[in-house]
Amino acid sequence: MADFDYQIVEDAAKELYIRALCDLPPDVRAALKRASEKETNPTAQEVFKTIFKTIKVADENKTLICQDTGLPIYMVKIGSKFPWNGYEIKTSLGNGARRATQEFPFRSSSTHTLTRINPQTSVGEGLPVLHWDYIEDADHIDILMVPKGSGSENMSKMKMFYPAHGISALKKFVIDTVFETGANPCPPGIIGVGLGGTADLVMKLAKEAIVRPVGQRHPDPEIATMEVELEEAINSMGRGPMGLGGDITCLAVHIETAYTHITQNPIAINTQCWPARRARAKIYPDGRVEYGY
Amino acid sequence: MATHHLTTPFSDEAIRQLHAGDIVYFDGTLFGIRDLTQIYMFDQHHVPPVSLEGMPCIHTAPSLKKVGDKWEKICVGTTTSTRMERFTPDLIGTYGVKAIIGKGGLYEGSLKAMQEHAAVYLAIVGGSAALETLQIEEVEDVFWEHLHPEALYKFRVKDFGPLTVAMDSHGRHLFEEVKDETRSRLPEIYRKLGIE
Repeated sequence: MADFDYQIVEDAAKELYIRALCDLPPDVRAALKRASEKETNPTAQEVFKTIFKTIKVADENKTLICQDTGLPIYMVKIGSKFPWNGYEIKTSLGNGARRATQEFPFRSSSTHTLTRINPQTSVGEGLPVLHWDYIEDADHIDILMVPKGSGSENMSKMKMFYPAHGISALKKFVIDTVFETGANPCPPGIIGVGLGGTADLVMKLAKEAIVRPVGQRHPDPEIATMEVELEEAINSMGRGPMGLGGDITCLAVHIETAYTHITQNPIAINTQCWPARRARAKIYPDGRVEYGY
Repeated sequence: MATHHLTTPFSDEAIRQLHAGDIVYFDGTLFGIRDLTQIYMFDQHHVPPVSLEGMPCIHTAPSLKKVGDKWEKICVGTTTSTRMERFTPDLIGTYGVKAIIGKGGLYEGSLKAMQEHAAVYLAIVGGSAALETLQIEEVEDVFWEHLHPEALYKFRVKDFGPLTVAMDSHGRHLFEEVKDETRSRLPEIYRKLGIE
């Protein structure tokens, strides 16, 4: 353990923030392409053209796709065979996010929640947001970086339904949320839905739902069917890209679930905008770093 | 759905020929404003040190860097407009602004001011900052620097767009029309999903 150089984690955390802001994942690009081919509304087709032009400009100039650099979230999965020091990893991730902000440089979107003073570092008390999990029989750590912009994050919703409300209340909550939030979360994006757990866990599930690659279905066929059903319903609303009207209102609905209390039926929604940004690094004990999405 | 190529300042005639759903590109001057810029103007009663007459204003908090006396662009994108509804009728009525550029649209008060004074709301594609930044040729001036990144910015732009006319000077409001259409489809959507 003493041999592992945590500077590697810090450098990767910096690189991941920049990569996520500039390079849209291939599954998101493919989903946008498929969506644009289905779109029949002329205004919506113009919106898609602008989206593809923007992605191209960001690729060619290695610039930020969107000015909202978001709040940094790192989802860390640690292999059972990786010799690790959690405190060192946590510190390195925070330092990496700060260095990305100051060295690229790009806008720090973090601020004190009462004084509203921006430390110009993208981090601060409680930030970056960290999620921890573990991987069986693996010798690497897997870090997924998600810069979460406010246009979509501000549209998050959570509700503790009761068992008597049933599944139909959950479906209605998804449809009504998409209706109410309209153009604000920069559609067409990913509608992340968490079902089950506790109040905190259900929103964490919704967040995990928005980072699943577009096109992947939930392994449980019943949940997968519900995803398809809600996706089709949302794409029959006519709200369209940027809320200006059209066939495509979302790229996908992703649902993540957990067991809940016998008296509870919680749901959380976390929306993701069309620039559904994320970047991944796998770090091995010998210091090798593999980047992906 | 007509496409218009305009140059600033915009005349009343140019604005009146724009209809909801049309596409606009323009060259010339673009002012950047945000929540704080307008709180400073309207709540704290500061008159802009530059004329906004006939000009377009975009809702933005740009990433810029100052090199010597000169401001350079890093990334300029667009924010949600609805937060700034309160200021918009005055911006149009008092200062003669002819176009508001943002995402998400504005409300009834702004729509009335647009009808009365010949102004429009032009919807940009949110999240497309990379493209917007490319279309900004130069940051010509930054007024009220102490408010940065919510100061008053004067940009020079080339082929800025495409922008969709989402609220026109004839009383049409595309966002509201789309919302009403969606609302009318909800009962059928609920029925299909087995929602009572």
